[in-house]
Amino acid sequence: MFAAMHGSGPLLDCAGDFSPRIEIVTADTVVLDIQGLDRLFGTPRRLAEVITNRAREAGMAVNVAVARNPDAAVHAARALTGITIIAAGQEASYLEKLPLVLLGASPEIEETFALWGLHRFGDLTALPEPGVVERLGPEGIRLQKLARGIWERPLRPCEPAALFEEAVELEHPVTLLESLAFLLTRMLADLCRRVRATNELRLRLGLEDGAEHHRTLRLPVPTRDHRACWKLLQLDLESHPPPAPVVSVRLAVEPAAPRFVQQGLFVPPSPEPEKLEVTVARIGKLLGAEHVGTAELLDTHRPGTFRIHPLHPFPPGPRGRPGSVQTSPCLALRVFRPHLRATVQLQAERPMRVVARGVRGEVVARAGPWRASGDWWTSESWGRDEWDVVLNTGVLYRIYTTGHRSLATGHWFLEGSYD
Amino acid sequence: MRPSALYPGLVSAFQLLDKPAVETIPTGVPGVDTALGGFPRGALTEICGAASSGRTSLLLSTLAQATHRLEVCALIDVTDAFDPASAAAAGVDLDRLLWVRCGGHVLHALTAADWLLHGGGFGVLALDLGDVASDQVRRISLSSWYRLRRAVENTPTTLIALEPEPGAKSCSSLILQLTRERIHWRGPLLSGALVRVERRKPVRTAAVRFEVKASTSDQWPVASGQ
Repeated sequence: MFAAMHGSGPLLDCAGDFSPRIEIVTADTVVLDIQGLDRLFGTPRRLAEVITNRAREAGMAVNVAVARNPDAAVHAARALTGITIIAAGQEASYLEKLPLVLLGASPEIEETFALWGLHRFGDLTALPEPGVVERLGPEGIRLQKLARGIWERPLRPCEPAALFEEAVELEHPVTLLESLAFLLTRMLADLCRRVRATNELRLRLGLEDGAEHHRTLRLPVPTRDHRACWKLLQLDLESHPPPAPVVSVRLAVEPAAPRFVQQGLFVPPSPEPEKLEVTVARIGKLLGAEHVGTAELLDTHRPGTFRIHPLHPFPPGPRGRPGSVQTSPCLALRVFRPHLRATVQLQAERPMRVVARGVRGEVVARAGPWRASGDWWTSESWGRDEWDVVLNTGVLYRIYTTGHRSLATGHWFLEGSYD
Repeated sequence: MRPSALYPGLVSAFQLLDKPAVETIPTGVPGVDTALGGFPRGALTEICGAASSGRTSLLLSTLAQATHRLEVCALIDVTDAFDPASAAAAGVDLDRLLWVRCGGHVLHALTAADWLLHGGGFGVLALDLGDVASDQVRRISLSSWYRLRRAVENTPTTLIALEPEPGAKSCSSLILQLTRERIHWRGPLLSGALVRVERRKPVRTAAVRFEVKASTSDQWPVASGQ
């Protein structure tokens, strides 16, 4: 049996006093599963009266209807004032006077009903079933069963949102991370035990001065290893310590689907994701997070443009075809970052002598100039003339001048050495 | 009577255990792989040479081979000299290469190498000291090298150090000395170089040579006087 409540106000709180299984149909209508409540409240009418009284005490005027299925109870509660008890098998007689708009049919079907001159539930139930199927399809049959009050469906109870969060108020302000460590490890262990895996940790520290210190850690792979999570959190807090003593701690984890990995017999070993994440975080703390990762070349001809990404624990397969790796090595460039400002002596517009910080020599062989330019259609335009030069020290350098329109006025730079 | 005759499970203290053959990885340079057998796993290899001697080209070729086998590699770049474009041109899968930029701090680089080796799972871990001054490389304590050697032992990782001259002394298993013999020009174009490789450890061998090709460029030649 199901009881529907229709009215305005905090219906959910009121319904929650009677049953844990509640479906929110709309903002002003809820349905309760009242199976087994007869032992507590007696007959359905007695239960409906108790619900009505409780709602009245809360300042709400509600209609209550009890029926064998949720939809019949909802329709009755929406249209019939006060308490309505529909006995099993009597649904059609109770509902036949209700307006068809309560069925919630699509606008096209409602228009069809209007063209056919149907206005009440009873008008629709009087039609022969084969004719309704022929003209409206399965949706027509569903609406006809709803109008008869015999459409059966399971209740869709609303589940309270699962909250994986722990909070602690401290008696005394804490200034040392070591003191917080004991608390945080215990909270993390509890939270990791409750979830199947997590990929995000959210820490909120209440500070003595009233402010809050927020830290959010996103993990590249879902895990429930609380030791790895604590290590990452510890490294993050060491890099970004709270600016004032801590008086409260609130830690939440975001649940995620666990990771499933099928290892192949011939797949080469790769770093364990949790270990790798901790190691990269430690190196990031030592050198700066932007100094650790994988390089991604940007889609531009501008030399030396790349972006750093965190290393993905499971990188995709090689981009080239199998066997497409180079069979002979390519001459690699070792880059000076930043490029070294140089003084270049020219003779017949050819470099003859190069002087820069730590580099000095006569040019014994050269190739160039090679022109590169781009983005001339934007304010970020660039252009340069490159030379490959061998100095008498034996080192092969790439030098360039930015004033490619006039070699005499441009600045010269050493980009790097070939090795 | 031999002890093993008394009890079959008893092993003599003087019996030498069979040492398993060292597994090696190819460098991608056919001449070097044939003559030297590639780089050993679970050991430290030093690639030495002056600037422009082809050290980085050999290293990138090795990394390209390793990433092509779907191994994850790491490059600890002490002086921030790595050029991703050159690596991509050499065939390195950049998604599988962890690049650690140390900003000139040698000690930080050694620490990072130690952490990564202990984390495990890398196919090749390269420590690029190529632009570090020789006296600074010599000042790296032997205990640091010994720690790295112990960390890489009995793992499938190949540890490669790129240096101006050998610094790891007894901790390295293989030392290659590279020298550039010739630069090839084709008209106004740098087309490549001829590199000479000599094994200095464990035993000196006859030198082998390989060609390094210049990667193709996007630039256009500028006519003289333009």
